[in-house]
Amino acid sequence: MKSRSSVMPVVVFIAPFMTIYLVFQMYPLVQAVLSSLFSWDLLTSGREFIGIQNYLRMFGDSIFWHSFKNTLLFVLYSTPLLVLLGLFFAMLLNHSSKYISVFRTVLFAPYVLSVSVTTLIWGFMYNPQKGLLGVLVKTLGRDPVYWLTDPSLAMPAIIYATVWWTVGFNLVLFLAGLQDIDRAMYEAAMLDGANSIQRFLHITVPSLSRTFMLVTVLQIIASFQIFGQVYILTRGGPGGTTRVLIQYIYETGFRDYQLGYASTMAVFLFVVMFIISFLQFALFSGEKT
Amino acid sequence: MRVSKHLTVVLLIVLSVLFALPLYWMLVMSLTPNDLLKLSSTALWPQAFTVDNFLGVFRAGLMMRWFINSIIVTAAATLLTLLFHSMAGYAFTKMRFWGKRFLFSFSIAGLMVPKEALFIPLFLLFSNFSAHNTYLALYLPRVAAPLGVFIMVQFFRGIPDSISEAAEIDGASEYRTFFQIILPISLPAMTSLGIFTFVLTWNDYLWPLVSATRKEMFTLTTGLASMQGNFAQATELGSLMARGVIASLPLLILFLLFQKNLIRGISISSGGK
Repeated sequence: MKSRSSVMPVVVFIAPFMTIYLVFQMYPLVQAVLSSLFSWDLLTSGREFIGIQNYLRMFGDSIFWHSFKNTLLFVLYSTPLLVLLGLFFAMLLNHSSKYISVFRTVLFAPYVLSVSVTTLIWGFMYNPQKGLLGVLVKTLGRDPVYWLTDPSLAMPAIIYATVWWTVGFNLVLFLAGLQDIDRAMYEAAMLDGANSIQRFLHITVPSLSRTFMLVTVLQIIASFQIFGQVYILTRGGPGGTTRVLIQYIYETGFRDYQLGYASTMAVFLFVVMFIISFLQFALFSGEKT
Repeated sequence: MRVSKHLTVVLLIVLSVLFALPLYWMLVMSLTPNDLLKLSSTALWPQAFTVDNFLGVFRAGLMMRWFINSIIVTAAATLLTLLFHSMAGYAFTKMRFWGKRFLFSFSIAGLMVPKEALFIPLFLLFSNFSAHNTYLALYLPRVAAPLGVFIMVQFFRGIPDSISEAAEIDGASEYRTFFQIILPISLPAMTSLGIFTFVLTWNDYLWPLVSATRKEMFTLTTGLASMQGNFAQATELGSLMARGVIASLPLLILFLLFQKNLIRGISISSGGK
């Protein structure tokens, strides 16, 4: 049995990370909960303890609910699309052994771009007069489509742009999962006369179920944090139809300077996401036993 | 089997063209004179070729300043993450001390804290010290996310204890063991963590938007965002797209060079492998 390490090196190795972690991750978390109990207006009075008033206000705030509903809609539509397309692309790649790395590179590349490059490109793609999609609509002989200013199209347009931007992330995770499946299992099944649908249902699906759950949970967490695409492309418009929760928190804090109320909504977002993350955590620990 | 193989390749080619097209279009516009783009911006080949849009970036505006800001912030966040997170990860896997299990669980718990829910209290924290619009404010919060510790712990667990024990028997200090023996064999994991941190920091949007409010302190990501959304931009479409290309190039080049490491980093960090 190895003896205990001496104290000094342990401190030296852990202290730098731990200090930064405590100050910039854990302290803000506590601070968010505390300031949600205050009326904290940067413009007027300053700070005043008001208990759960902010929470009561939040539950009665129709813009808050509207923003939360938009966020949920984004999560509900983008998650299945991004997960299933990621899986589909990964299966295509896994199937064509030859040029796998070339195709993977192209399909994954948009993921490394920043949100503002993505919005720069797609803002113009969607432009009815200047964009490629506009031309496509024109050649099909239809009336121009105002993707980003039509209330019923703005959110779908943002979702498509997001699929292009981030589906590569899920693709990579699924591809890793697919390549972990033992080839011998497929060969044995083929010898036993199983067709490709049977092989998919009885080998691929069960072997991939953990990856599938993992990707889904990660995607839900990522989708809940939607902000940049919306804020740059539509500013939440038209008429608030794409305003998401983080945008409302941002505007409450930095346009209206109501930091206490903004913190309250941040705590709400945190609780929602914590529950989802906890599911992910339970998933992993369940796997080990 | 043959037919479906061919069908797969055809589908992949179509998909790849669709995925590459928006990026390619940006490149075409960036190489086309602004005047021509006013008439038509949907050609898939430059109607006339120019590099003026790129030269203009160096001549005027804050674009170069933002580029330098992004480099400084991203480099600092990446280097500090590599150093501090590998040290902490090493202590959590190879050192023995009281409270280790608790401290490790406490650190990993931070993985469940969504970064985007913390920007209000983080803003207040830096306001207390009047530290906004500084590089420090832009990179320190990024180093606090414990993802790197998690990645390094996963890696160090695979290194046999006998390596560091042998070094200690030879009389090497913990520091020497770590820096001269462990770090060199950790290069693959460090590269994965480094490239992953680089991409995430370079593309950070919400925090720089909140903290760096002076134009001179924008990063490329927030700077490029600030140029969109006003309609004056439409007259200088080529210049705007050239800025988009410049903002993407460092990442695309890094991605092509270190693709395998980045993908490994993603797999490890998500708990997939």
